[in-house]
Amino acid sequence: MVALVIAEHNDSALRPTMLNVIAAAAACSGEVHVLVAGEGCAAAAQDAATVEGVSKVLLAEGAQFAGGLAENIAAQVLAISGEYSHILAPATPFGKNILPRVAAKLDVSQVSEITRVVSADTFERPIYAGSAIATVRSKDAIKVITVRTTSFAAQGKSAAAAPIEASAPISVSTRARLVSKESLATDRPDLTAAKIVVAGGRGLASRENFEQQLAPLATKLHAAVGASRAAVDAGYAANDCQVGQTGKVVAPQLYIAVGISGAIQHLAGMKDSKVIVAINKDPDAPIFSIADYGLVGDLNEVLPQFTAGL
Amino acid sequence: MKVLVSVKRVVDHNVTVRVKADGSGVETANVKMSINPFDEIAVEAAVRLKEAGIATEVIAVSCGSSQSQETLRTALAIGADRGILVECEGELQPLAVAKLLKAIVEKEQPQLIIAGKQAIDDDCSQTGQMLAALCDLPQATFASKIEYQNNLLTVTREVDGGSETLELVPPAIVTTDLRLNEPRYVTLPSIVKAKKKPIDVIPANSLDVDIATNLEVLKVSEPPARKPGVKVGDVNALIQKLKSEVNVI
Ligand SMILES: Cc1cc2nc3c(=O)[nH]c(=O)nc-3n(C[C@H](O)[C@H](O)[C@H](O)COP(=O)(O)OP(=O)(O)OC[C@H]3O[C@@H](n4cnc5c(N)ncnc54)[C@H](O)[C@@H]3O)c2cc1C
Ligand SMILES: Nc1ncnc2c1ncn2[C@@H]1O[C@H](COP(=O)(O)O)[C@@H](O)[C@H]1O
Repeated sequence: MVALVIAEHNDSALRPTMLNVIAAAAACSGEVHVLVAGEGCAAAAQDAATVEGVSKVLLAEGAQFAGGLAENIAAQVLAISGEYSHILAPATPFGKNILPRVAAKLDVSQVSEITRVVSADTFERPIYAGSAIATVRSKDAIKVITVRTTSFAAQGKSAAAAPIEASAPISVSTRARLVSKESLATDRPDLTAAKIVVAGGRGLASRENFEQQLAPLATKLHAAVGASRAAVDAGYAANDCQVGQTGKVVAPQLYIAVGISGAIQHLAGMKDSKVIVAINKDPDAPIFSIADYGLVGDLNEVLPQFTAGL
Repeated sequence: MKVLVSVKRVVDHNVTVRVKADGSGVETANVKMSINPFDEIAVEAAVRLKEAGIATEVIAVSCGSSQSQETLRTALAIGADRGILVECEGELQPLAVAKLLKAIVEKEQPQLIIAGKQAIDDDCSQTGQMLAALCDLPQATFASKIEYQNNLLTVTREVDGGSETLELVPPAIVTTDLRLNEPRYVTLPSIVKAKKKPIDVIPANSLDVDIATNLEVLKVSEPPARKPGVKVGDVNALIQKLKSEVNVI
């Protein structure tokens, strides 16, 4: 039984949350291989080779992988899938895009967004925006799994590097082409890996307020900035900041929810945070029911005091 | 261009979902059901393509029990031209749905298939991608913008850290992000009109598709509850607690 992890990387290194995916893979199987597919991504393969528990890294390099198209990466995974009992990827847009293609071609079910490995064939995963937890058992020969990274402790690094083997790049003809990528530049920590997240909702009332009241608190705490869907839809924050059922799932040491009511779809993305603080002027806001510390007040008064008091 | 949209009947997003006492699933009896919000967006996107003169026909397809006809009626009220119900009892896994949809795709030969990015009940986010793989079609998931020009689809996708734009040669599959559009408010006249639109009912077992699954749900349970918190009087008390009680700042 060997598990294969599909790496999300930026050519020079693994995405930090890949350490959590590798931990989940190690819980499924005694041996873990990592596939790094890309163009000019040898450094990312070296990074993968030093993760504890990884016994081999497969490096597939080719121009066809540069854009990260699901069609191409799925084909590469399929070409080597025969040797594996488990195939895992992070439950991020990257993993969600690719893995169901792999599962369908293998004619197996996919187990999406697992939060616990009960045994090699049994897993827990949230359903209904986290309102319930399903325990599922897969009888498929190959288990195809996406992993909720916040539910697994990060794997450590090891002193000895695992061998890196070239994996002959597969070419498929695809009728999809990457035209452009628009990245949002930010000097804040990655939302999904940050220790502290300061998140704002519709209560912020304007983009200016979001930037002038909420952002300074985040800066002072070296925190990532999150937002509710309402705040994103109203244009107060970038799409990429959305936390929730259909946004990102985060579980920082500290989550500060400001002017967020606490809809189930928002809670789905943050209720596993270690400490939750809620600041809201409505004492009956549902967010208080899951907050460790609640402060009833007007954010326009509370935020400047908070930032100044640190 | 013929457009096919998949629509799933799900527990309405405003319902507080309860786990059944025997752990066999969640309570769905006497619960409000609706079209999956992402599928409503998918139908809206297809209808807008029709209004722009790009789509010639919009077909909504649902797989499930006969009650899914209500979901198809919602799609027809938004503006889809006709519906197809692939009828079967019991829960369907995404792979089974993808196989059933493939049979319909082969029959209807649409140039564009639009699915939701995820169903809000199982939160799987698989079906569209699986269908793309089974039909060997190019895919653009989590779309926030769809354009069609010179026989090319240009789709903007929401990805971590920003967005990216793909060009697809149809036939192709797109899955919808919440940001793609805001579905129209369905008016009474359009609901009345939808009642007259045709819905074909096709028994799933007539499609020669294996919908058995190897994935078994052993139990469904409540998520662990958080321990109750406290209200603090002011900002200083809050900062004090965060510093000394939990050491997080
Ligand atoms: C399919 C689907 C998926 C969804 N996915 C997500 C998701 O991923 N993430 C997400 O967040 N939402 C999601 N939603 C939306 C969700 O249901 C809520 O609508 C949304 O989370 C509400 O955002 P909010 O709390 O910022 O706004 P509101 O609910 O409007 O709450 C604003 C809060 O601010 C408080 N407030 C106002 N002024 C002040 C002030 N001056 N000082 C202090 N407090 C103030 C109010 O008391 C209120 O509690 C989804 C919905 C659907 C249907
Ligand atoms: N039973 C079904 N009938 C029709 N479409 C479905 C069904 N199940 C899933 N889909 C489609 O696939 C999308 C993703 O569902 P899922 O993979 O279950 O998260 C949904 O938004 C629908 O568009």
